[in-house]
Amino acid sequence: MKKAMRPAKREQLLGTLYSFPMGIWFTVFFTVPLAIIILYSFMKRGLYGGVEKAFTLEAYRQMINPSFAKVLVRTLWISMLSTILCVLIAIPVGYAMAKSRHQTLLLFLIIIPFWTNSLIRIYAWISILSTEGFLNSLLIRLGIVKEGLHLIYNNGSVILVLVYMYLPFAILPLFTTIDKFDFFLLDAARDLGATKLESIVKVMFPNIKSGLSTAFIFTFIPIFGAYTVPLLVGGKDSTMIGNIIVDQVSKTRNWPLASAFSMILTLVSLIGVFWMLASAQKEATGKKQNTLQAYEQKVKAHHGRSRR
Amino acid sequence: MNHHTYSKKKRPSFSNTMLILTILFLFVPLFVVTFFSFNSAKGMQWEHASLIWYKTLIFDSPSLWLAFRNSIIIALTSSVTATVLGSLAAIGITWYRFKGRSYITTISYLPMVLPEVIIGISMLIFFSSVKIRLGMFTIFVAHTTFNLPFVFMMVQARLDEFDYSTIEAARDLGANERQALVKVVIPAIMPAILSSFLMCTTMSLEDFVITFFVSGPGSGTLPLYVYSMIRYGVSPVINALSFVMILGTMLIAFTFRRFLKTAAASA
Repeated sequence: MKKAMRPAKREQLLGTLYSFPMGIWFTVFFTVPLAIIILYSFMKRGLYGGVEKAFTLEAYRQMINPSFAKVLVRTLWISMLSTILCVLIAIPVGYAMAKSRHQTLLLFLIIIPFWTNSLIRIYAWISILSTEGFLNSLLIRLGIVKEGLHLIYNNGSVILVLVYMYLPFAILPLFTTIDKFDFFLLDAARDLGATKLESIVKVMFPNIKSGLSTAFIFTFIPIFGAYTVPLLVGGKDSTMIGNIIVDQVSKTRNWPLASAFSMILTLVSLIGVFWMLASAQKEATGKKQNTLQAYEQKVKAHHGRSRR
Repeated sequence: MNHHTYSKKKRPSFSNTMLILTILFLFVPLFVVTFFSFNSAKGMQWEHASLIWYKTLIFDSPSLWLAFRNSIIIALTSSVTATVLGSLAAIGITWYRFKGRSYITTISYLPMVLPEVIIGISMLIFFSSVKIRLGMFTIFVAHTTFNLPFVFMMVQARLDEFDYSTIEAARDLGANERQALVKVVIPAIMPAILSSFLMCTTMSLEDFVITFFVSGPGSGTLPLYVYSMIRYGVSPVINALSFVMILGTMLIAFTFRRFLKTAAASA
C-alpha cells in the first residue's frame, strides 16, 4: 500500500521536510508553554506576577485549602451532571438522526447553533433568564407569577447553559457511530423476541461503545474546564476551577498556583482521553475476535441487497 | 448511506420527539435574540418593530468595526498558515516513515483535547516569559495552534482513503515527484483542504477564551467586543449583532454543507 521501494534516507528527508514545520510549530507554541506551566507549578511566586527560580511545593500546598476544595468538588459534580444530561439527551437524538432520511438538514440544524459564537449564545440565555428577561416577562404577562423569578446566577442556570452549549459535542460523535451501526441487527433481535428497548440496550449499545465514550469525554473535558459560562450566568457560589485559574493569573497574579490548578485540569483531561482511547482499542480487538461471526451475520442480514 | 429507510410505522417515536425538542431547545435562544433585535424598546417588552438597533450597529459602532477587521485578519492569516502546515504534515506523516513521526502525531492531538483555558493560560505565560508583546501576532499564533490539529486530522483522513496507485500511474507516465504532488495528490485532497480551511476560519472567528488571554490593547477581536458589551449589561445592539452573526454562521454552514458529515465526524 505504502511506498516500499524508497530508500530509508530519502524517506527520512522527505518526511522531515513535510512534517517538521508543523512539528516545530507545536513544539514552540504548545509543548514548551505546557512545560513552562509544569515547571512554574513547582516554583515560588514572584512579587508582581512571574516566578522566582526556586523549587518549592508551595503552590500545591496552597491548593489544599477548604475553599479551593469546595470549588473542585463543585466543578466535579456540575460537570458530571451536565455531561450525563448531554449524553442522555444525545443518545435518542443521535439515533433519530442516523435513522432519518434528512441527515444533511438535521446536521445543518444541529451545527448552526453549535457554530454560532459562544458568547452570543450565553448572552441569549442571559436575556431569556434574567429577572427582567424574556421568560419572566412572559410569565408575568400570562399571569402565572406576580414578579420576576430568580432564574439566573445560580448553579441551575450554569448547568442549563452548559448543557445547551455542549450538547452538540455529545450528539455529533453519537450520530456518527450510530450511523455506522447496522440497523438490521436490531430487527434480528426483535425477530428473536427482544423488545425494542432490549434490542437497543443489548445489541446497539455494545456496538456504539466508542461513540458513547467519545461523547462522554468530549463533553466532559470542555465542561470541566469551563470558564465563560460560570462567569456570566453563575452566581457567587458557582465558581468553577477554570475561573480560579483565570483569577490567579489576572487578578491575584499567582502564576505558580494557576499553573498547579492547570496541572490538575490537564491531568484529568489526559486520564479521560486515555480511558477513551483504551475503550476504543478494546472494542477494536473485541471486534477482531468476532470478525467471522460478524461477517456471517452481515452476509445473512444483507442477503439479497446490493452494497456499494 | 441511507440503507435503513425502510421503517413502516409513521407515529412519532421517542427518539424523533427528542430530536424535535432538542432542535427547538437549540434554536429558541437564537429566535429570542433575533426577535428582540427588531424591537424599538430597550428591554424585553415588545413595543413595535424597528430597525434602530441595526442602524446603531452599522453607523454608530466604530470599535465594533475595528474588532471585526481584527477578527477577519486573524481568521484568514491563521487559517492559511494552519491549512498549509497541517496539510503538508499530513502528507509527510501518511507517506513516510521517519524519526519523530510518533512525536508529531501525538502532539498534534493534544491541543484538541485539552480545555481551552489551559491552552490560553500556557500561551499567556509563555509569551510573557519570552517577552513577546501581546497583540495581533500572539492571537495569530494561538489561533494557528488550535486550528492545526483539525487540518491535520481532516487531511490525514482523506489521504488514508487515497488510492496510492494513481501516483504510481502518474510517475509511470513521466511525472516527477513534485508534479505528481501538485497535479495528482493536491487536487485529490482538495475537498479536505478546503473544508478544513473553512473549519479553521469558523473556529477562529468564534474563539473567545484563548483570544481573551493572548490579546493586547487594540487587538480585540469580535468575540472580545461582544464580551465587553455583555459585561456592561443587556443591550439591544447585541441582539442586532447576534442576528447578523447567526446569519453569518448559517452562510458558512451552508457553504460547508457537503462537508457537514466530515465535520461532524471530527468534531
